[in-house]
Amino acid sequence: MINVIWLLLLVTGILTAAFQGRIELVTEAAMEAAKNGVTIAFEIIGVMALWLGIMKIAEKGGLIELLAKVVQPFTRLIFPTVPKDHPAMGSIIMNMSANILGLGNAATPFGLKAMQELQELNPNKEVASDAMCTFLALNTSSITILPATVIAIRVAAGSAGPTDIVGTTIFATTMGTIVALSLDRLLRGLYRGGR
Amino acid sequence: MAFFITELSKWAVPFLLLSIPVIAYFKKVKVYEAFVEGAEQGFYTAIKIIPFLIGMLVAIGVFRASGAMDVLINILKPVMGLIGAPGEVLPLMIMRPLSGGGALGLTAELIQTYGADSLIGRLASTIQGSTDTTFFVLTVYFGSVGIRRYRHALTVGLLADLTGFLASLYIVTLVFG
Repeated sequence: MINVIWLLLLVTGILTAAFQGRIELVTEAAMEAAKNGVTIAFEIIGVMALWLGIMKIAEKGGLIELLAKVVQPFTRLIFPTVPKDHPAMGSIIMNMSANILGLGNAATPFGLKAMQELQELNPNKEVASDAMCTFLALNTSSITILPATVIAIRVAAGSAGPTDIVGTTIFATTMGTIVALSLDRLLRGLYRGGR
Repeated sequence: MAFFITELSKWAVPFLLLSIPVIAYFKKVKVYEAFVEGAEQGFYTAIKIIPFLIGMLVAIGVFRASGAMDVLINILKPVMGLIGAPGEVLPLMIMRPLSGGGALGLTAELIQTYGADSLIGRLASTIQGSTDTTFFVLTVYFGSVGIRRYRHALTVGLLADLTGFLASLYIVTLVFG
């Protein structure tokens, strides 16, 4: 599916530019985007290294284990296939905590680490496991309690009530998460063949 | 409330950077060595995601710059009227799963143009906060560990975004409309 979407984005983009007689835009945009990919990755390196370094300290100090124990009833329910003392659980919890607190750039390093650890449990290395799909369902539905970036933009724009939207955001994100988790359960069997 | 939240986000990172190493130190962890060990892993992961990042960014970049995105917006505009949504937020809705930076830019623009406390401004803020960049998350997360078959993850992610959008529309109209 991702292959088709990727191809569609490219083909419709190039055809549209051609029909509008602005084909040179394609070259420009493609080169610019390619360069951007590297810039973004390099910007991520520092943040990744910082958070994974701090997480390693927390891990060795037994702090992650402690946090994992506290939320265990909840995580057992959502990730039944992940053994309860597996390191993946710690990374998943750190990723979700960062998302909930609106620390977007800390969430990505923990999330990528969680994927590596979930991959260790995955019998078929090219096909997403149930636990991976559930984890990404949680991630793409974006559980947030403090939408910090949006609040900052609203403050900058001189809003009289920059946090007015916290309640509505929590409502919308909760709905999204409920739907994502239910659909994940529902569709899991259908895609068992790994298509 | 705004003060409380901005203060909280201001203090969150320094608090973590202080408390984790201090507590671990008293639990006899060699904190600096542990940090370096973890940080090394971060480096390789960031390098590994580059091809997936470029692949996605190029396709999305071409789609946007060529005007294809505007064509799609014009096609979908009548649908927005049917569900009672202001057409102004449609570009944001389409951009949201594709590009995090692009969506944030559109949200900022809508807030600037219509005002943070307008219905459109509040709707854009709620959408931005309650949905995520599905394509980025999937390609980068799966790509970094070599997963080729996403199974139902993309469908679930996009439907979660759609749900977040519809729920935002419903609740913002109800509360502020």
